[in-house]
Amino acid sequence: MRKLLRTIFLVDLLQGLWVTFRYQHPKHIYTEQYPAQRPKVAERYRGAPRLNINPDNGETLCISCNLCALACPENLIVVGWERDEQTKRKVLTTFTYDTSRCMFCGLCEDACPVDALELTQDFELASYTREGAIWDRQLLEEGPRPTKYRF
Amino acid sequence: MPEATFLDATELVLNMGPQHPSTHGVLRVILKLDGEKVNGTECVIGYLHRGVEKIGENRTYQMFAPYVDRMDYVAAVSNGLGYCLAVEKLLNVEAAPRAQVTRVILTELNRIASHLLWLGTHALDIGALTPVFYTFREREEILNIFEKYCGARLTTHSFRIGGLQYELYDGFEDDVKAFCKAALPKMDEYEELLTANRIWVSRLTGVGVLNAEDCKAYGVTGPMLRAAGVKWDIRKALPYSGYEKYDFEIPTRQDGDTFDRYIVRMQEMRQSVRIIRQAVEDIPSGPIMAKVPKVIKPPVGEVYVSIEAPKGELGYFIVSDGSTQPYRVRVRPPSFVNLQALDRMAKGALIADVVAIIGTIDIVLGEVDR
Repeated sequence: MRKLLRTIFLVDLLQGLWVTFRYQHPKHIYTEQYPAQRPKVAERYRGAPRLNINPDNGETLCISCNLCALACPENLIVVGWERDEQTKRKVLTTFTYDTSRCMFCGLCEDACPVDALELTQDFELASYTREGAIWDRQLLEEGPRPTKYRF
Repeated sequence: MPEATFLDATELVLNMGPQHPSTHGVLRVILKLDGEKVNGTECVIGYLHRGVEKIGENRTYQMFAPYVDRMDYVAAVSNGLGYCLAVEKLLNVEAAPRAQVTRVILTELNRIASHLLWLGTHALDIGALTPVFYTFREREEILNIFEKYCGARLTTHSFRIGGLQYELYDGFEDDVKAFCKAALPKMDEYEELLTANRIWVSRLTGVGVLNAEDCKAYGVTGPMLRAAGVKWDIRKALPYSGYEKYDFEIPTRQDGDTFDRYIVRMQEMRQSVRIIRQAVEDIPSGPIMAKVPKVIKPPVGEVYVSIEAPKGELGYFIVSDGSTQPYRVRVRPPSFVNLQALDRMAKGALIADVVAIIGTIDIVLGEVDR
């Protein structure tokens, strides 16, 4: 009898509707208004790569040891260097990072002995061309340029 | 005599997928129909095949670790744990105690995340639109913990061979405890939405029955097996990563239908919360990385390690030839094996039930196709 009454008065469905109704209040809003409201990603977020430079003199921290390129599972890092005749040390010439193939596993960052290569909190990596996803040394050091929209 | 036309055909062949939203990815099911009744199904898989096992043969042991996350991308942490455990067994090292406990916490969080995603999408397939928003909200909390811990939300690459790469962040315990505290009432809420709901119950009860014998014959593991009444959980049967220290139960049901699997998974989430609560209470201090050489060169041999992933038994079979790269990596993915039972379960059902049955297997096509 009780079961019949519960069935007739839709108790099971109203129970569920009540849960939904409770979430009417605006304090339960969870949606992020993405482009207007920028999410604050975590400190350890593995996003766009960056090649750190020494802030004092603007020289790169990279010692061209090639360990990041060796650690990369996708072989997407190409480090170019030449040997300085006077100091006999390697000098970084080019650094190419193909973000289109990158899976942001962080192995390059872990391999870097001088913390020159780092994955930053920047997560907006879209570009209009495939070539735009291949980052050169300048782009890696300066960070991605803000997109200019043409309307 | 006139030629037979399609009107005479008693059997209608219908393609479901690979673009069907309810097949959870790119699964193609060829349905043989008699009217609305399903006489037989045939799965066509491989649309998401990336050759992960072959990739493993061409990468060093450390390099392959991020790839395993991309098989079952819903439970990437579990995949990483299985792979790391397998290589650690091959190297004959054990992860540091602190790392082991952290691994337990993260994999259990991942189990909840995986089950939440399953619950949301499964309910969505059946026609209950609301739960998916709520489950994704809770899943977001878990993903935030992952993001804070290791920097990625989905394909985390959180574990390394021998331990962890990242030390726990400040406030990790508080975040996990806050999640555990909030999660249980939320799970009651999902149950309020679904368990008593007459539409939900009548759509699931008696649909896709798979009894214990069939489960064993097909090699079905995980919640599907437990819903059929078999108390089998690798966390209890072959404890790994210190699961023997924690007190939890294996939820089982008897009937082995879709509704039972739903109940089992709901119970499992609660048990996971229980494990996390115990684990987060005493995280031992100490190093997070065991002594593992920089260049991993395991001795010649082969090893099979299986763990209880959210979807069932996830096994890694690794053959080493003594070099820095594995000779062979074979993965036993739970979704792939469980998907075999689809034909058995769907025979005699209606098309609408096939959607429910595919949902209840909890497949991830990244893992099925690898």
